Amino acid sequence: MTSAVDVVNRPRTGRNRIGDSALRPDGIPKVQGRFAFSSDLWADGMLWGMALRSPHAHARIRRIDVAAAWRIPGVEVVLTADDVPGMATYGLISQDQPVFARDVVRYVGEPVAAVAADHPETCRRALAAIVVEYEPLPVLSDPEVAIGGGHPPIHPDGNVLRHQRIVHGDPEATGVVTVEGTYEIGMQDQAFLGLEAALALPDPGGAGIELYIATQWLHEDRKQIAACLGLPEEKVRLVLGGVGGAFGGREDISLQVHTCLLALRTGRPVKMQYSREESFVGHVHRHPAQIWMRHHADADGTIVKIETRMVFDGGAYASTSSAVLVNAITHAQGPYRCPNAVVDGWAVRTNNPPCGAMRGFGVVQACFAHERQMDKLAAAVGLDPVELRLRNAMRTGDLLITGQPLESVAPVERCIRETAAIPLPPALADDCDVMAIPGGAGRTADRTHIRRGVGWGVSIKNIMYSEGFDDYSTARCRLADGVATLHFATAEVGQGFVTIAGQIARTILGVDDVLLEPMDTRIGSAGSTSASRQTWMSGGAVDAACRKVRERLFEHVAAGWHVDPVRLAIVDDAVVDTVEPSRRIGVAEATVGVTFEETVEYHHRPTEDLDENGQGRCHVAFAFVAHRAVVDVDPELGLVKVVQVATAQDVGVALNPLSVLGQIEGGIAQGLGLAVMEELVITDGRIRNASFTDYLLPTFLDAPVVDAVFVEEPDPQAPLGAKGVGEPPCISVTPAIVNAIVDAVGRSIDRTPVRPPDLCL
Amino acid sequence: MNEQYVLRVNGSERSVTDAWLGESLLYVLRERLGLPGAKGACEQGECGSCSVLLDGVLVCSCLVLAASAIGADITTVEGLPGAEAGLTTVQQAFVDEGAVQCGFCTPGLIVAVHDLLERNPSPTELEVREALSGNLCRCTGYGRILAAVETAARAGVQA
Repeated sequence: MTSAVDVVNRPRTGRNRIGDSALRPDGIPKVQGRFAFSSDLWADGMLWGMALRSPHAHARIRRIDVAAAWRIPGVEVVLTADDVPGMATYGLISQDQPVFARDVVRYVGEPVAAVAADHPETCRRALAAIVVEYEPLPVLSDPEVAIGGGHPPIHPDGNVLRHQRIVHGDPEATGVVTVEGTYEIGMQDQAFLGLEAALALPDPGGAGIELYIATQWLHEDRKQIAACLGLPEEKVRLVLGGVGGAFGGREDISLQVHTCLLALRTGRPVKMQYSREESFVGHVHRHPAQIWMRHHADADGTIVKIETRMVFDGGAYASTSSAVLVNAITHAQGPYRCPNAVVDGWAVRTNNPPCGAMRGFGVVQACFAHERQMDKLAAAVGLDPVELRLRNAMRTGDLLITGQPLESVAPVERCIRETAAIPLPPALADDCDVMAIPGGAGRTADRTHIRRGVGWGVSIKNIMYSEGFDDYSTARCRLADGVATLHFATAEVGQGFVTIAGQIARTILGVDDVLLEPMDTRIGSAGSTSASRQTWMSGGAVDAACRKVRERLFEHVAAGWHVDPVRLAIVDDAVVDTVEPSRRIGVAEATVGVTFEETVEYHHRPTEDLDENGQGRCHVAFAFVAHRAVVDVDPELGLVKVVQVATAQDVGVALNPLSVLGQIEGGIAQGLGLAVMEELVITDGRIRNASFTDYLLPTFLDAPVVDAVFVEEPDPQAPLGAKGVGEPPCISVTPAIVNAIVDAVGRSIDRTPVRPPDLCL
Repeated sequence: MNEQYVLRVNGSERSVTDAWLGESLLYVLRERLGLPGAKGACEQGECGSCSVLLDGVLVCSCLVLAASAIGADITTVEGLPGAEAGLTTVQQAFVDEGAVQCGFCTPGLIVAVHDLLERNPSPTELEVREALSGNLCRCTGYGRILAAVETAARAGVQA
């Protein structure tokens, strides 16, 4: 067990091997302001690009007249749907989203045209000069209407993106105790700080293009971009521009195709970068969901059956809705044994903003429902909420409601017990600083009105892609003159893969110096920086490439020593004959004048599709976490302050404890946001709060004290024993906080985020 | 777009030519003067990513018209005292304490922490939280940033 205190106080070894809190290789340029984010890029003769977007949630386009825009001095090109040379549509799973709307717009903010000009202000004037005549159409905004067929299809592919059932065990089973509720989860935004930005450099004659882009998956972007440009993939070269956070919001295409088209048409470098308002309409969001859930249990609280109906509003285009839905329904049971299940899941198309990936990917919504249910079930059977969760906690070997056996290490009980052992914060002092109570600097709350509450949340999260998808990763290692050079296309979005990649190479090869090639498409795919998968997948690929290079090194040294290479090992920074340890040579010395290079693809084990009853081994592996939240609430003003979040997280092995702690603290802040403040408010398909003034993000004053413990039980299936740690922190913390608010005010709250009227007495 | 004026940035006189008067200080620093340290993330003074010092006062450069800063001393993250000799104490603490993830908010925070410790060399935790509540970070949850500020404050007191 490692606690956050241990992490912070752990002596830094300076060797930066696996298990050390090695520092980021990009840390110094980032604190100096010299790290090149996508938005910082610049090229000689560069133009600016900007897109015109639909003001309507659903409308027919009668006419587009771009003539006036062309006449503005400084405008170099104006593009519409007629100018897309390749595929007119793109999409991660189904290609249903137009590069530019042609006949109809299906959401507020859908791109209709784009311009390139000499200055951002010229672009704005050009967009204002484009005339688009719209004929408004009836807006489909209610997901239930989409399911019920009460609205004509708003897209040729229909209004249902996916319907999937799970029937497991005995669907007729009942328990003597039942609890149920209908839960609502609001639409959350990733709100990464680094706005969408890209710089496209056209090849002479338009034969190809180079794109510097902040993305989560270079190769998938390239596939979709090349198809829309009508170019072979090898003519489209992508380089990762510095990424200012992602959290799922950069999985889909946003400005990539537009930037390339503008550059190819003008023959000049083009830079696009979104404003915050444009970003809010220009990327997908976390799905808002309506979830009805009923648990059947024995009198002692043992879960007998779960029934649930989940409705996810996918908005206008498919994005990853079908995969998000499957994640939600297959995690409906939470980290609890459940022998019987009847699950009905819907992801539907509406004229609301498109939704897709966000950290937690469907499991956030499911977890909110099952964790509110667990508190209700505890109350119904007269058990402490912790005791009820322990009684039902999953173990390795249990069968999931998909029929998949749980093969991952599953320390659910330990996560709960370790969390419970973390001391509660001291009681709020009678004379406490006003900044320490709900309302803070607003000085609105009265100390005597404050009530404290404690709440729990526990979760299970799949890691890697599911349902038969082979999301492999590629890495290359070159060792020469004592220096290891790594090349991979893994998108570094802030999570710190660049740090652990170096740690892996140092550990395997016994070197101190590790260089990283730019992340780009000159090497094979790394898969997406999503699904908590890069530590496992790209970590596995780097590990495997380094091991192959080490074999070559051993063969080289062994030949000189006339010994069998299997006798050799790396000890510190030397190759050592384990049989005669006095025989040793430094890695640097051994590699003078020679180069070993190996490229490896790492694949996880295959998974299966779900059948019509939702049965199948659809996921690769799982990670677990427990959260306990302590809140102070002013129930008269509706104000909440989250005082402390205690957590024990199943990490497998903490490859870099400082990075793991950073992921835990950051994920908790995002989960807190969804619990008490973050929601995109939609009216008739229009986002009403598309700015940082109106969409509230947790600030320094909102962030709780986080007391974290790492549960380190190496996963036998994981190449490094390590599980991904990015998503679990943000999943069960949300219901833990809401359960704590319910504990404080004694009133059931079944929606998140909790708004003041939801909790006021 | 043909305005000419001079700004005093990080102690140097910098000419701005062929400019549009509507440009923000953030735009001019980034796009005309080659100083991309200040970042744009909200365009309305909510996130602090574009923080710079204007005559020693912490401002959001997205909300300042560049032409209105004529005659002022402008200090960006690139020109913080101590930065010319490597990392400032604050920058070093951010690196050492794991306060940097994606790093987009970092330059603005560095400027804001310099401003805080200049005014209050030994802030309490609540004072740190209040002073930096105008700088949004989406990655870290602020825990390691708090640790970095405490480390920098301790180092400053010792130095």
